[in-house]
Amino acid sequence: MKLFPILGGIHPEYRKELASEKAIVALPMPVALYIPLQQHIGAPAEVLVNEGDLVKKGQMIARSGGAVSSPQHAATSGRIKAVTDVTAPHPSGLPQTTIILEPDGKDEWGDLPEPITDPFTADPHAIHERVAQSGIVGMGGAAFPSAVKLNLGTQKKLEILLLNGAECEPYLTCDDRVMREYPDEIIDGARIMAHALGTARVVIAIEQNKPQAISIMTKAASAFPDVEVVGVPVQYPMGSERHLVQAITGRETPARKLTADLGVVVHNVATARAVHHAVRFGRPLVARVVTVSGGAIREPNNVMTPIGARIADLIEFCGGFSARPESIVNGGPMMGQPLASLDAPVVKGTSGILALTAEEINDRPTSACIRCGNCVTVCPCGLSPLDMAAFIRKDNLDVAAKLGVMDCFSCGSCSWVCPSHIPLVHYFNYAKGVLNDLERESRKNERIKSLAEVRIIRIEKAAEAKRAALAARKPASDAAPPSTGGEAKAATEEKANT
Amino acid sequence: MYGMLIAIGSLTLIGLTLGTILGAAARQFAVKEDPLEEELKAMLPGSQCGQCGYVGCGQYAAALAKGEAEVTLCAPGGKVLIEALANKLGVTADLSGHEERVPEHAFIIEDLCIGCTRCIRECSTDAIMGANKLMHTIIVDACHGCAKCVPVCPTDAIVMVPVQVTLRNWHWSKPEIEQTQPKQEVAHAH
Repeated sequence: MKLFPILGGIHPEYRKELASEKAIVALPMPVALYIPLQQHIGAPAEVLVNEGDLVKKGQMIARSGGAVSSPQHAATSGRIKAVTDVTAPHPSGLPQTTIILEPDGKDEWGDLPEPITDPFTADPHAIHERVAQSGIVGMGGAAFPSAVKLNLGTQKKLEILLLNGAECEPYLTCDDRVMREYPDEIIDGARIMAHALGTARVVIAIEQNKPQAISIMTKAASAFPDVEVVGVPVQYPMGSERHLVQAITGRETPARKLTADLGVVVHNVATARAVHHAVRFGRPLVARVVTVSGGAIREPNNVMTPIGARIADLIEFCGGFSARPESIVNGGPMMGQPLASLDAPVVKGTSGILALTAEEINDRPTSACIRCGNCVTVCPCGLSPLDMAAFIRKDNLDVAAKLGVMDCFSCGSCSWVCPSHIPLVHYFNYAKGVLNDLERESRKNERIKSLAEVRIIRIEKAAEAKRAALAARKPASDAAPPSTGGEAKAATEEKANT
Repeated sequence: MYGMLIAIGSLTLIGLTLGTILGAAARQFAVKEDPLEEELKAMLPGSQCGQCGYVGCGQYAAALAKGEAEVTLCAPGGKVLIEALANKLGVTADLSGHEERVPEHAFIIEDLCIGCTRCIRECSTDAIMGANKLMHTIIVDACHGCAKCVPVCPTDAIVMVPVQVTLRNWHWSKPEIEQTQPKQEVAHAH
């Protein structure tokens, strides 16, 4: 298959060998699971259980909270201990509503929906419904509800389902292990998804630094002429949805458009496996493979983790720390976010937990920009990071927005390459946050304005109605008394006459 | 002599004709309202809270357009609005007296509310729910923090509280860069 070049990119040290040869092992069930209501992009789920309720594994404990949302399921059988605020796996360390589940140790499945026996003749709608009900979200990290993405076929003409097995982030090996150990499940899930989307082809893209995964997947796919496995060049950020589509089709997704506008829908390989489980066995998404790695982890590993296990439990299972971790990162080292607390739980979008040493982070004091232009060369979005950062430093966010800061997806290539150690991505994340705030604020102001206008109209209408009522009563009061008033008037007139 | 008369006559004629046309056009195409005033009005929050000292946003916009009012008077608009107004009017805003508040919304201490509905009548965005002798509450999404309801409450049950930072509106703060080097150079120069 002919591949196309992508813009920019870097070649960091991958350090995947720390965990890549470790087969997936299951985490022993912890003493408590912390299942947050919001593990996905969109509206948070709505709680269905109360304190003290007994639940079975796979039982829905929170239902979808809107069109773009996802339900949550119990990852094991047990008792609901509480529904309360718990630290979120988020750099802010802010709390969010979380269901605390005490496992009973039996790990008993509850009543699951019937398997869809022949998914390839089933109505695509039934598959969307099953994926939505199973709480499946994008497992590459973004955690966008998969059912919404599977519905794109009804709105757009799609040609290719692109399965993302690039795993371009250093250290992470969870997708690599899933591809090596469960190739048939991934391919079956992918074919079901392709049927739901109405695409004729499935392309599975894997970075060439995973030769075993490529050969195993190619072998598994050989039975299906519509499934093709492609090795893509090792170049960070190849695993970005837009860049992977460009590498495969040669077409660039325009800003503020979807890859679906080019006829390509991208899903992660682990998501395809979750779809296989949901459709073939009726099992919701209750566990995922997490890579625990980094120089400060004693025994890096790929761990099948129930959703809701605390990150501290996971690190303890991997032998704890062998050195002082300078930073604990949720996700990969390039795009992952630092964790404020180890008490936060593993969620559906957690691909890796990295404990990095000071040496690995290589944090140095920032010096002045020497305008070398390296950041411009590596930017995969064709932006000019040095200019944007300079304007953001002077709070000139309008200009930064014009230069395209909102099109930056924070891949971190510019920060990585900067010889002056300028925290470029930090500037862009800050600017994106402020610009989003301003947009939210202007939306709110619009709403306030319309509320105030509606109120004024209502008050005027009420006053109008009052005047009308008064006016209606006046002629009545003129008309009612004539019998008495008229007589009295006549009487006085008579008196005057006499 | 004759030529001079022609010149005077023709110029007078041209003057009269153009004058008539211009005069007619001025009446015909007269702009009733100052366009600047409309634009300024659109920039203001539009909730008619009156904290600027004018009756409503329209009056404040009119005063701004005439150059009679300071750009720093709108409290709900905050620093962003002040800067936008200053930019629009080409003036430099004096921010020294301006104290930037964190975004706030009203909050009713429910134990103290007696259900008198006075705050409901005061609220210009219908952000307060409640009925006579029933407890009131604030719809936070519709409250823009003008604080007009606070003084009318007979039991002091309304307080202004900062809008909470949640996972939805949290974002990274601006990076702090140690700018020690240039400062040290200045110190050496002295």
